Amino acid sequence: MSQLPLFQPSTWTVAGITQYLRQLLEDDAALQDLWVVGEVSNCSRPSSGHLYFTLKDASASMRVVMWRGAVLRQEYIPREGDAVEVHGAISIYETSGLYQLYADAIRPTGEGYLYQEFLRLKARLEAEGLFDEERKRPVPRWPHCIGIVTSPTGAALRDILNTLQRRFPLARVVLAPTAVQGEEAPAGIIAALQTLNAAIHPDVILLARGGGSIEDLWAFNDEYVARAIAASPVPVICGVGHETDFTIADFAADLRAPTPTAAAELAVPDSMELRAGLEEQKDRLKLGIRSVLDTPIWRMQGLQNRLRLNSPLTRLRSGRQHLDELCRRQQSGLLHLLQLKRLRLEGASLRLETLNPQAILGRGYAIVRQADGRVVRSVHQVQPGEGVRVQVGDGEFGARVEDQQARSKP
Amino acid sequence: MSPSSSTLTNSSPVEELTYEQAFSELEKIVSALETEENSLDESMALFERGQELARYCAGLLDKAELKVQQLCGDSEGSDPALTDFRPLP
Repeated sequence: MSQLPLFQPSTWTVAGITQYLRQLLEDDAALQDLWVVGEVSNCSRPSSGHLYFTLKDASASMRVVMWRGAVLRQEYIPREGDAVEVHGAISIYETSGLYQLYADAIRPTGEGYLYQEFLRLKARLEAEGLFDEERKRPVPRWPHCIGIVTSPTGAALRDILNTLQRRFPLARVVLAPTAVQGEEAPAGIIAALQTLNAAIHPDVILLARGGGSIEDLWAFNDEYVARAIAASPVPVICGVGHETDFTIADFAADLRAPTPTAAAELAVPDSMELRAGLEEQKDRLKLGIRSVLDTPIWRMQGLQNRLRLNSPLTRLRSGRQHLDELCRRQQSGLLHLLQLKRLRLEGASLRLETLNPQAILGRGYAIVRQADGRVVRSVHQVQPGEGVRVQVGDGEFGARVEDQQARSKP
Repeated sequence: MSPSSSTLTNSSPVEELTYEQAFSELEKIVSALETEENSLDESMALFERGQELARYCAGLLDKAELKVQQLCGDSEGSDPALTDFRPLP
């Protein structure tokens, strides 16, 4: 007796499981960005503009759909039996339960073959040393003559001429017109390179072509074009296609430019830079001549100064000045002495004044003299009744001695 | 007297020079003025030549117009002829 499982398996609706599966596919990043190679069958393109076909190989097949918008962007629309590579994402068309490839790009597998061919040729020429850095020649700073190898009617030529006119209109430009796509293109490019080198001897050659498919650019992957570029006596700048396009010619060229415009920019200096450089030289020229002129003037001034310092006139002047100085010092010395003497004199007069007896008499003292004129200095010098003369501040008078009394000594 | 200054000033008339020749001579003159000991007369001659070259270079830049020619004739052998190239408008 079989045991019932603990949990019954869940029951899905058709829509539910289909949605679940679709989610599984769409969550897988590897299935959302892939290339699938196969053969086209059951191809149909109804009035809606969408493209439907089956992609198959020996043992399997799958449905492919490409919406109208993507179809319109394709340069190549596959036909029954074509071998193609289809890029897109895998999902499920829920209505029919079919899984499909939703395509956004289709290319014939021949391109894959071309790409392999490109890699093989590149490896071979690389091994040969054709792309070696040592082979690359420097592009001249200021080319007088620029050779251009391109189509006379292409956008590449217009871009190049506009760029050259804007940046470096001093250059002479010689165009060697040639087809740049199709079967004759490689031979045309080689002949143009050779004719330019033989007849014009330009300073640099621009080899250019606008963007296009890998087949459009195929002439630039030609082995003999690459060899002609490497053999050119003057440097070749290659500007083919867009930034992302690399060709054998790019590797063989002395300089690779991402676009024709960039090739022209790499070939010539910018005239704005030329003007800036010219201004700098003009400034330095003026500074240079000024310093040249300044130097002799400065030297002359130095000599003049020395001459002046050593001239007899200067010595004479300096001697005279010395003399003046001495005189001045002498005079001032004399003056000083005189002043000193005057001061001393005044001091002496002052002292003399204090010694003048007349001045003392003015303060109330008196001088007493005997009849014979002797000054009385002692009581013992006079007798009572003797007549004396008394001198005071403003005159004198006669007097008589009454008595005498000596001061007892302390 | 420095030999380089005399060779510098004895150059051809500026009108015969390319921009590159004129500019490179100007550069040489400037460096000679800056570094060499020249007599006053030589220095003045260098300066005048330098000014003439600078004027000439500026004039070339001012009035320059790209000259475009085209190689014609068959690429095989015979001398290719040059014609003025008029780009389509």
